[in-house]
Amino acid sequence: MDSDEGDREPISRRAEWSDVIPLPQDDGPNPVVPIAYKEDFRETMDYFRAIYQADERSPRALCLTQEAILANPGNYTVWHFRRLVLQALNADLYKELDFLQQIANSNAKNYQLWHHRRWVIERLGADARAKELELNKEILSRDTKNYHAWSHRQWVLQALGGWEDELDYCHCLLEQDIFNNSAWNQRYFVISRSPFLGGLKAMRESEVRYTVKAILAQPNNESPWRYLRGLYKDDIEALVNDPQASSVCLKVMNTKSNYVFALSMLLDLLCNGFQPSQEFRDAVGALWTSDTHPLDSDLAKAICYILEHVDSLRAGYWMWRKSKLPQAA
Amino acid sequence: MGELAVDKHVKYIVSVEKRKDSFESVVMDHLRMNGAYWGLTTLDILGKLHAVDADEVISWIMKCQHESGGFAGNIGHDPHMLYTLSAVQVLALFNKLDVLDIDKVASYKINVEKAVNYIVSCKNLDGGFGCTPGGESHAGQIFCCVGALAITGSLHHVDKDLLGWWLCERQVKSGGLNGRPEKLPDVCYSWWVLSSLIMIDRVHWIDKDKLVKFILDCQDVENGGISDRPDDAVDVFHTYFGVAGLSLLEYPGLKAIDPAYALPVDVINRIFFSK
Repeated sequence: MDSDEGDREPISRRAEWSDVIPLPQDDGPNPVVPIAYKEDFRETMDYFRAIYQADERSPRALCLTQEAILANPGNYTVWHFRRLVLQALNADLYKELDFLQQIANSNAKNYQLWHHRRWVIERLGADARAKELELNKEILSRDTKNYHAWSHRQWVLQALGGWEDELDYCHCLLEQDIFNNSAWNQRYFVISRSPFLGGLKAMRESEVRYTVKAILAQPNNESPWRYLRGLYKDDIEALVNDPQASSVCLKVMNTKSNYVFALSMLLDLLCNGFQPSQEFRDAVGALWTSDTHPLDSDLAKAICYILEHVDSLRAGYWMWRKSKLPQAA
Repeated sequence: MGELAVDKHVKYIVSVEKRKDSFESVVMDHLRMNGAYWGLTTLDILGKLHAVDADEVISWIMKCQHESGGFAGNIGHDPHMLYTLSAVQVLALFNKLDVLDIDKVASYKINVEKAVNYIVSCKNLDGGFGCTPGGESHAGQIFCCVGALAITGSLHHVDKDLLGWWLCERQVKSGGLNGRPEKLPDVCYSWWVLSSLIMIDRVHWIDKDKLVKFILDCQDVENGGISDRPDDAVDVFHTYFGVAGLSLLEYPGLKAIDPAYALPVDVINRIFFSK
């Protein structure tokens, strides 16, 4: 909790609060689950209750909401009242961003924090954009997958702009951790929606090259395989006809390791009309080393059979895929 | 495989309610209503709801209701949708929905068509759902969306095969489930992912036995309670989702739980069949 608890002066001894009578929590005559609050916390909330009841929107009220929030950042009533006070005082909202950053350092997943942050940025507008995107990066640097931070970032970009550097930022994150699904998701968000990039189709070729590179670096990475499919949204035929898609499957299979996603992609291509050359058949065949169970001559069926065994957690899924394949004449 | 330490978990949950002065209880103060739902539903699934005093709990819940009809997270807090849901769920457990002025609570109104349209706009290419349009697919979000679509008879908007595949890819080597690609498994995803799979009728796409083993490994068999992953500290939240997950996996001796409403099936039946 408050690491300065030892230094905290009780509110009852602070001169500027001498005119206020603290209001204790009303649990009713027979409290069902009476809570034995710590003294400091109880006192802070008793004084908060008093100013809240009186609807006092003053500088000292603002300070008190800060104390209450630091003691329990989840109390949404206090946050709401703080907004009323900030408005009444026409407070410096840039200072508020600094206060929020302080809270984020210890509570980056607190819902009230992010709601409040958005409220502040809405009021500051485009002028705050650059600073906010930087502050957001700081939070992400501590937890690169913080869902709140990413949601907020997407909102800032759409409401206020700042798209220009975002693709670079995604690349930066992926260089640090190519498995970061949030960064891949953001990359997709940027190429589909940035007003500076021309849209998904325009970006497709360069993005496929980027994705193939990522796949070859770490073939057991779920994200770039999904990203590749996403690049051909509503255009599966084009995916089937893109030699880069099938060839990356082949390359990975030929390494004979980490080939589960490659097989799964090849299966999808086959199901959508891809005509495999002998090279593909050989590559799949080489992955199956059992003498007792010969591989099916139908390539798609063979792939399903292999996956049932090497991706056995999902055997149920692969058996279902096999059952959906067109039966041989 | 280990076993479910039922008595230890019951003791743990009952003791959490009594431990008022811990740091945890202070910062959870505003969401006590959620805690009540997690703890009490777990007890009901284990067949031990009688371990608590129903009148005490119901009396406290009614003190949390405001003029607007909504419920707060605790006495002295403002009403909020999240706690209104938990309050109604707990009252349903005790078969006390009659203490509610239904019209008052329902005046916290929702336009169903708009809600469904918004949910659909959050659908991603991988078949999953994010928090907002363009947001990363996340198992917790998916549960909320699929559950809402199920309750409103709108499941036709879900690509069940595509989503089912995304969901079954959440299972990792240890048998546990994660919430997004390349993240660590967590017991609570035994609920979010599993209930979603059941609602779209694809639960046979994961390895159920391995998941049961993972959940059991997350127990603290000495002191009771379940944690997010083996050897971490326990809490009521993960205890509930672990037990609820086991119920969905048909672990013996547990009451069946409804995957959309997240309440025991007999409670849901009581509500629907009494109309």
